[in-house]
Amino acid sequence: MIGTLDPKVPPGPLDQKWRNHQDHSRLVNPNNRRKLEVIIVGSGLAGGSAAATLGELGYRVKCFCFQDSPRRAHSIAAQGGINAAKNYQNDGDSVYRLFYDTIKGGDFRSREANVYRLAEIANNIIDQCVAQGVPFAREYSGYLANRSFGGAQVSRTFYARGQTGQQLLLGCYQALCRQVASGTVQMFPYTEMLDLVNVNGQAKGIITRNLRSGKIERHAADAVVLATGGYGNVFYLSTNARGSNVTATYRAYKRGALFANPSFTQIHPTCIPVSGDYQSKLTLMSESLRNDGRVWVPKRKEDRFKAPGEIPEGERDYYLERKYPSYGNLAPRDISSRAAKEVCDEGRGVGPGGRGVYLDFADAIKRLGVETIRERYGNLFEVYKKITGEDAYKLPMRIYPAVHYTMGGLWVDYDLMSNVPGLFVIGEANFSDHGANRLGASALMQGLADGYFVMPNTLPNYLAGQMGKRPSPESSEFQEAENSVRARIEKLLKVNGTRSADSFHRELGLLLWDKCGMSRNEQGLRQALRKIPELRDEFWRDVRVPGDQEDYNQSLERAGRVADFLEFAELMCIDALERDESAGAHFREEHQTPDGEALRDDESHAAVFAWEFQGDGQPPKLHREELHFETVHLAQRSYK
Amino acid sequence: MTAPSVIPSFAQDDREPMNFKLKIWRQRDAKSRGKLTDYEVRDISPDTSFLEMLDILNENLLQARGEPVAFDSDCREGICGTCSLTVNGEAHGPDHPGAVCELYMRKFRDGETITVEPFRVGAFPIVKDLVVDRSALDRIVQAGGFISARAGSAPEANSILVPKHDADLAMEAAACIGCGACAAACPNGSAMLFAAAKVSHLSFLPQGTPERERRVLKMVQVMDEQKFGNCTNTYECEAVCPAKISASFIAKLNREYARAQFRQRLGE
Repeated sequence: MIGTLDPKVPPGPLDQKWRNHQDHSRLVNPNNRRKLEVIIVGSGLAGGSAAATLGELGYRVKCFCFQDSPRRAHSIAAQGGINAAKNYQNDGDSVYRLFYDTIKGGDFRSREANVYRLAEIANNIIDQCVAQGVPFAREYSGYLANRSFGGAQVSRTFYARGQTGQQLLLGCYQALCRQVASGTVQMFPYTEMLDLVNVNGQAKGIITRNLRSGKIERHAADAVVLATGGYGNVFYLSTNARGSNVTATYRAYKRGALFANPSFTQIHPTCIPVSGDYQSKLTLMSESLRNDGRVWVPKRKEDRFKAPGEIPEGERDYYLERKYPSYGNLAPRDISSRAAKEVCDEGRGVGPGGRGVYLDFADAIKRLGVETIRERYGNLFEVYKKITGEDAYKLPMRIYPAVHYTMGGLWVDYDLMSNVPGLFVIGEANFSDHGANRLGASALMQGLADGYFVMPNTLPNYLAGQMGKRPSPESSEFQEAENSVRARIEKLLKVNGTRSADSFHRELGLLLWDKCGMSRNEQGLRQALRKIPELRDEFWRDVRVPGDQEDYNQSLERAGRVADFLEFAELMCIDALERDESAGAHFREEHQTPDGEALRDDESHAAVFAWEFQGDGQPPKLHREELHFETVHLAQRSYK
Repeated sequence: MTAPSVIPSFAQDDREPMNFKLKIWRQRDAKSRGKLTDYEVRDISPDTSFLEMLDILNENLLQARGEPVAFDSDCREGICGTCSLTVNGEAHGPDHPGAVCELYMRKFRDGETITVEPFRVGAFPIVKDLVVDRSALDRIVQAGGFISARAGSAPEANSILVPKHDADLAMEAAACIGCGACAAACPNGSAMLFAAAKVSHLSFLPQGTPERERRVLKMVQVMDEQKFGNCTNTYECEAVCPAKISASFIAKLNREYARAQFRQRLGE
């Protein structure tokens, strides 16, 4: 069905592609916009900003979120900041440099034109957010302040204390509220998308379940936009919110959308270590802490049980500063995470189970005073104290890598449209901008770029040809999709076994963390590929989902999501096996440099791997989008 | 292995697991009558969070073929504002400031009886068990809790200067997580702290000035329509607020409201 994957990158020099594309895309006149309906699933930075902006333009928007309010989407938990190439610090920043850092940070596995557009738009985002009243940090002069983040040698990150995601999301939520009040956007909270409906090969609607009443509904539209975030919770323990899930994108995959690079999952280096079996999630300590904190472990294994204060300076190994002198503690996430794993594997990890490294603020406190540190990171220190009971002003924090973000997602072209016409995918849910590793402070940038500035310019290009083509929700395609949703729910309720969905989820997570986590190898991936179907079979034999369909049934919600994770996990491992190279966060042990860095294979793997569903129990089909680098030179990524 | 005693977390591994008696509000749906039901949980590590303790209870209930307790949570790190429990009579439990997802069992005594109820506010109808409907808060924001800045129309960011002091105050108000604990703690069920935080955030900033009067008048009007009670300055809201929103912002709202009414009367 699918021919060659055409990313539809506009012609012309890199820095003029976006302008040229805007100049030549089709438009919808204001009177016609109110006749067109757009479904947006998700209300985080990408979905919320897209819904608000398309509403402002006059389209009729229906926005869905599983949370009880759009303001609770998981973007709210982002801490550190958002990048832009304003060069307010006069430290040599430029659009090109932001573009280059992002491409390099992604280990040359993303599409040049998309990344360049992102870097170009970044400055507009800051303007937009300031105009909305986002209270970014300021200098005494009243000008905006910046901080540094990993993978960059300039200071280009804008922030609102340790709650940047919250403030950006609230800005976008408020813009959304304004459109709800004006009647252009209709909100559907506590509503989950359970299937995509294609009519004549085009995405024309969704099937949803109201989580509180259990009511299954059909929604038809002229286009569908998925902004449903990442799938990090496939690992069970991650920094994602409990509800974050793969269901919307996975259902779209089963309806023909290609899933790209699913094995590219980011493990964030600075999280609070796991403390117990019943732990339900992991908490991130913002990367911004690495601006002032120094990461170390004892040089000698024997010292790991000593109190940190008893280990003299000379007996400490500041391993990031040692291995990567030019970036030091600000080395990118994939590299810092692997370095932490390595020292813990050597037996030098600290804390319970030896899975932790110190992030030490003693020097920064000495240099800047406790007040400055409190002002910069006070809320993070409080969170740390709540969870661990320890005071990081006095003792170094203990941190360890945890699953945080997924670079993989549904395949999209330059317009952010998937291979299914009419299905757009934005934010973390798509694969497009971060390659094999995302740099800090660029997820917020991408979400808002897609919603505020890309969607309003590319969606009309499709919608212009769709006037009067919206199908009736009574059509057979909707009937078929609703039937399959109902059948699946009934099947879940009928198993009536002995184990909770959570217990399967936890088991799946442990397996993936072990075999498809921070490092992977062929043997481990093959083992996982044997075990996942077994676990899935057991799930469908022995899961217990109490209660009914037509009720507020949280067990049913979770079971449906876990069932999808159990299928999706297999796709992830297949992709990790097929990508027989190391790239960014995807570290195949078979492919490393003599000093243990990721070794790419540009000859045969400078491509996006996009997978097509071929039916249950059938192996998916691989489509490749070759990546052509016209501007950057592919180099061994060095942060030394 | 010689574990030094100076680092508490190392010693935590040796601490005894704890047992608790629970009294939990069960209510089938909005129309049914609810009641407190007794449960027990055993062998809980002190490092378990309160919500994880409820997860364990639910796992036990499922094993015993009972129906798990419905409760809301999402980020489980105190920022999304989804969790909303009244623990031993206090909104978000005894460890202020913090959302109940940031409450850990080490804050309780072994063997203690813990009562868990939903947020009880006239404007928040109960959906099921411990879950309430807080859409009234969204409606207050929809009434005017925004700056109308169309995407694409913004000027260069540094062309709007905001004194650091004002930006900091705006940030302190903007930190509200929208959980509704303020209304749950208020003897009158007032959402004044919630509304005040948003009005203050936006009126401290020059960008918020053009809509300043309209915003406060509309938000207060809709808040009243949503059946929230009136503020009588009991300060219970401030005491339970997980985001440490100061009650002084309520005074700011009152000033903004008086100013707006005055200007309205003058026909300005």
